[in-house]
Amino acid sequence: MTSPIIEFQNVKKQFGELALFENFNFSVEEGEIVSIIGSSGSGKSTLLRILMTLEDIDGGVVRVKGEPLWHMSKGDRLVPADKKHLRKMRNHMGMVFQHFNLFPHMTARRNITEAPMRVKGKSRQEAEREAMDLLALVGLQDKADSYPAQLSGGQKQRVGIARALAMRPEILLLDEITSALDPELVDEVLDVIRNLAKEHSFTMLLVTHEMYFAREISDRVCFFDQGRILEEGPPDKIFVAPEKERTQAFLNAFISA
Amino acid sequence: MELSELTPILLQGAWITLKILCLSLPVAGALAFIAGLTRLFAPTPLRQMARVYIEFFRGTSALIQLYWIYFVLPFFGLNLDAMTASVIALGLNIGAYGAEVVRGSVLAVPKGQYEAAVALNFTPWSRLWRIILPQSLINMIPPFGNLAIELMKATSLVSLITIGDLTYKAKTLADATLQVGEIFGLVLLIYFVMAQAMAFLFRWLEARLGRGLDRGGLRS
Ligand SMILES: Nc1ncnc2c1ncn2[C@@H]1O[C@H](COP(=O)(O)OP(=O)(O)O)[C@@H](O)[C@H]1O
Ligand SMILES: [Mg+2]
Repeated sequence: MTSPIIEFQNVKKQFGELALFENFNFSVEEGEIVSIIGSSGSGKSTLLRILMTLEDIDGGVVRVKGEPLWHMSKGDRLVPADKKHLRKMRNHMGMVFQHFNLFPHMTARRNITEAPMRVKGKSRQEAEREAMDLLALVGLQDKADSYPAQLSGGQKQRVGIARALAMRPEILLLDEITSALDPELVDEVLDVIRNLAKEHSFTMLLVTHEMYFAREISDRVCFFDQGRILEEGPPDKIFVAPEKERTQAFLNAFISA
Repeated sequence: MELSELTPILLQGAWITLKILCLSLPVAGALAFIAGLTRLFAPTPLRQMARVYIEFFRGTSALIQLYWIYFVLPFFGLNLDAMTASVIALGLNIGAYGAEVVRGSVLAVPKGQYEAAVALNFTPWSRLWRIILPQSLINMIPPFGNLAIELMKATSLVSLITIGDLTYKAKTLADATLQVGEIFGLVLLIYFVMAQAMAFLFRWLEARLGRGLDRGGLRS
């Protein structure tokens, strides 16, 4: 077996008085699709945000592709990462946000081309060609010149996905990407992810409340409870025969909802 | 004196007022951005300096600031003519208020914008110039318009360091002719017209910038 692409080793994360993660261990294999479920406040977003370098850690080590994310090796010691190291490591990850966070002053196309041009130094021509391919992938070729305010929620989120993909991340982080959408718009977004999942060309870590979707596309499901992974396994086990009482209660609440 | 004699003299003064206004506005604007952004993003010592500048110039009298620059700095070997001293003093004073406008508008951009920019691995510089500032600019314009009018009103202080601006001309004319009613009435009118012109200019600017941004959904 190869070494994991993501590895949390004894990670500690604290928000003031709240010790959210303590001795937190977690790993993801390359190409694996992992769904994270659990009630609100259990630390699902924080896990993704630590990986996206939006939240730092208070102890332990996070490794991405074997390299410490929040640290740098100095001799045989690990010292806190500097900005340069973080910028290098960020290239491995891309994130899609619950509230899209599209840049409102840019067209859909510019939202997608801006980072490849400014960050990766691609030519405008190349970046725009790739943007059009990505817009086609998410079914929005005809919206290239629309501003976010002119798009529906589902369309915004598909641009959000295209924008993240444009940076060619190896790890895609999806944080409740359909939670802010009207029910009838959820499927058009999930379809895009479904297609990406089929190819298994990314490692995907997704926080979701869409249980059927999670069951369908995941290799593994993790149930989060108060900053711990209470139970994890293949979707057929977690959704059909969960062992822990809290997992059962959580899933039952979903079915009856 | 007839109104037709008073008016040209006052307009001469108004011309000087306008000149000082036009020179100190860019100074104030530049200082507002420099100090506002420094206060937000620079390393701690610089940030503290920006903070001291902002607090000091907002917290003391503009007239005393002007006196310092014109009357006291020469003792430290810095001799400025009255015009330069006025432009610097007014620019520093209004720039300090403007810095707070810049800071507030930048902070008002939703946090998610910053996070998306980090996730896309933009440099801190690009985050600011490409993502945050374009969105905050539109919010700065109305308060900047108010400050520009404050600046115009504050120009009357320069009459106290012998510049022949509108206020100075009015004062000397009134002393000579004792026609205080007509003179100060006219002066009020001229200041008012200038203020209206500036208010109009800034509304136009806001509408123009807003036109692109309406489509961008920055304003509802
Ligand atoms: N920036 C923050 N400051 C303080 N507390 C936070 C912050 N972010 C998250 N938390 C707290 O950490 C816990 C986990 O949050 P989060 O990871 O967002 O949970 P989830 O995504 O599972 O709903 C919650 O109790 C939340 O209030
Ligand atoms: Mg969350």
